[in-house]
Amino acid sequence: MPITCETVDDTTCVGIDGELTIYTVAELAAALLPQLGAAPRLALDLSQVTEMDGAGLQLLAVLHREAEHRGTALSLAGQSQAVEQTFTLCGGVAF
Amino acid sequence: MSINLDQAQQTFIVEARELLQAMEQSLLQLESEPGDQDAIGAVFRAAHTIKGSAGLFGLEPIVSFTHIVEDVLDRLRDASVAVDAALIAVLLKSGDHMLELIDVVASRGEALQAPALAREAALRQALSAYQGAEPAMPDVPMTAVVNSGQGEMLWHISLRFGVDVFRNGMDPLSFLRYLDTLGQILQVTTLTDRLPPLDSWDAESCYLGFEIDLRSAASHATLNEVFDFVRDDCDVHISAIDDTPAEEPPSGTELVAQPEHLAPAPQRVATNSEAKPRDGNYVRVNADKLDELINLVGELVIASAGASLLARSCNNDPLQEATSTVSGLVEEILDGALHLRMIPIGDTFNRFRRVVRDVSQELGKDIDLLISGAETELDKTVVEKIGDPLMHLLRNAMDHGIENAAARRAAGKPSKGHLSLNAYHDSGSIVIEIADDGAGLNRERILEKAQERGLVASGAQLTDQEIYNLIFEAGFSTAEAVTNLSGRGVGMDVVKRNITLLRGTVDLDSRPGQGTVVRIRLPLTLAIINGFLVGIDQSTYVIPLDMVQECIELDEHQRQSSRDQGYLDLRGEVLPLVDLREHFSHEGPPARRQNVVVVRYAEHKAGLVVDDLLGEFQTVIKPLGKLFGALRGISGSTILGSGAVALILDVPALLSQIVQLEARTAQAPQSPSVVVR
Repeated sequence: MPITCETVDDTTCVGIDGELTIYTVAELAAALLPQLGAAPRLALDLSQVTEMDGAGLQLLAVLHREAEHRGTALSLAGQSQAVEQTFTLCGGVAF
Repeated sequence: MSINLDQAQQTFIVEARELLQAMEQSLLQLESEPGDQDAIGAVFRAAHTIKGSAGLFGLEPIVSFTHIVEDVLDRLRDASVAVDAALIAVLLKSGDHMLELIDVVASRGEALQAPALAREAALRQALSAYQGAEPAMPDVPMTAVVNSGQGEMLWHISLRFGVDVFRNGMDPLSFLRYLDTLGQILQVTTLTDRLPPLDSWDAESCYLGFEIDLRSAASHATLNEVFDFVRDDCDVHISAIDDTPAEEPPSGTELVAQPEHLAPAPQRVATNSEAKPRDGNYVRVNADKLDELINLVGELVIASAGASLLARSCNNDPLQEATSTVSGLVEEILDGALHLRMIPIGDTFNRFRRVVRDVSQELGKDIDLLISGAETELDKTVVEKIGDPLMHLLRNAMDHGIENAAARRAAGKPSKGHLSLNAYHDSGSIVIEIADDGAGLNRERILEKAQERGLVASGAQLTDQEIYNLIFEAGFSTAEAVTNLSGRGVGMDVVKRNITLLRGTVDLDSRPGQGTVVRIRLPLTLAIINGFLVGIDQSTYVIPLDMVQECIELDEHQRQSSRDQGYLDLRGEVLPLVDLREHFSHEGPPARRQNVVVVRYAEHKAGLVVDDLLGEFQTVIKPLGKLFGALRGISGSTILGSGAVALILDVPALLSQIVQLEARTAQAPQSPSVVVR
């Protein structure tokens, strides 16, 4: 699961390339959660996500909650069609 | 998916086929009435449902193709695209392709072969012409929800998924997608409040919940069924709420501003009754179980006949009365059980709409198909097997019966040709009529041809009907038939044979310049026949009653002469005889008195010489075992009230044996030609 990580100023930009599904969430969680709290701002780039399911949605929800806890501002830098469709289906996620 | 969805997928395949059938019907309806909103709605719903269900099973090829079809249909629905012949043609082909996708991808789990993929690419190309410039973008404006009302309800669904849902191979989102196909999702709130603290959180456990407002015409039961797969792992509450026209502002803070509801379902065409869930009215039963039941009932009939026979010999009145009551009930059960197998012929008829459309376009003729009596019921096996012969007859009627527009106008007829299919019950059998208003058959040509081929003795006087029926003769089935008849007889003998196998008959009536009617008469069921019992020695044989013409006594004088010559003078007609005693190698001397049963099948007639005539008997046909498969002249067996086995004579086979025998001995000085009745 390729994750690109790039820090510009105080913003860490994390890009996910591939699936955001039950097959990858464990790995992604392990990689992403430590990032929270390390930087004041974290931008998630989901424009290269090919597929997203309920588990992926849940991971984003957890990230969102943890970011608030740790005082990191989480933002979305981009979203692919798969991600967009999932958000639409769920009526926008109440993070 | 790891859980076993095989059964659900089978259901999906069956339903998808039905939906495609319905879609084709609606498309044809749309072709004749381009403004029909109901038809547009029905086509859209069919495609939409197939897409949704296919998505639930992860059948990506079906989803992606159907999506394009649905897109075009959606534009058709909101009148961005107009109905025209080309569009209908493309959509019909798309329907065919979807059927193939379902057969290949869903049913066999294979990928499409190259030719099919090429076809799909061509269809995608053709469909894209009807799609909007930017199909992916929501060019559907956010029109206010048009409450089409009727039958639609506002449902509130609360879902709390269990922790193991992901591990069981399910995705909560697929349920949302599926709900979206059942109606319109007005609002979804994703609940994440059950997410445990990070240290006890497991990325692969599910803590999601959803609150959904759905406007749908589906019933509570239908919605409930959606969650059948996850019932054990999931908390589902479905409740109806007051139907106040709700706008749809998705509540909850959104991650990013989303274009509201991409789901292209701004307006639902009023659903008509056919879209209502059909559950509750029907039970799907495996056909094998039904056959088993009917088999048992057959046994019951036999057993009860045996009991009545015993009771009659006991001279005990109350016993006789009791058995006769039982017999009456058994007969009713038999009728009821046979009725279970009955299905209306309408589905088969409707299939021909497409055929008529395609063939008439191919031939460049304008032909209308009129269907009546679609609700007439007959045995399932018969319905399945009658499709091909009917198709053949229809094609023939369109190709050779109905003239082209110019010829029709010249004959003073409307340029549009008419074909009609009609079915009705008539004294224990069903009659299917295929009528055209074409040129009719050329009597003289047929007669000429028949004489040329030696099917009719020259000078024989035949009625018109008999002449017309000659086209069902094997000799007429070759393409080199007379020019203005050409093809009219192609395969007609095959049609006749197929119908005969169903123990049916076919005949034909024609009026020059006015058209032709082909009438097929079929038995209501294949399981039971009316038999005529005859005895030879101690054995009993059954002759199907509808083939028996008459019975005559064979007197001593005739007996002598017939044995020598092998035929009988029946009122001046030559009647070939078959001595069943000899034929089935019964030993012992013939009985003192013998009888002849005159049987007729198609145009062949023969006399069967037997010892005793035992009368009529309702016969439950039992097929013979494989061991007797090669046996000629016997088509099955039955069990008599006494418990004895009686063999059912295969009259067509017996007759053809005689015909062959005669053909072989044709060198003999005097050869009685095949008798045409």
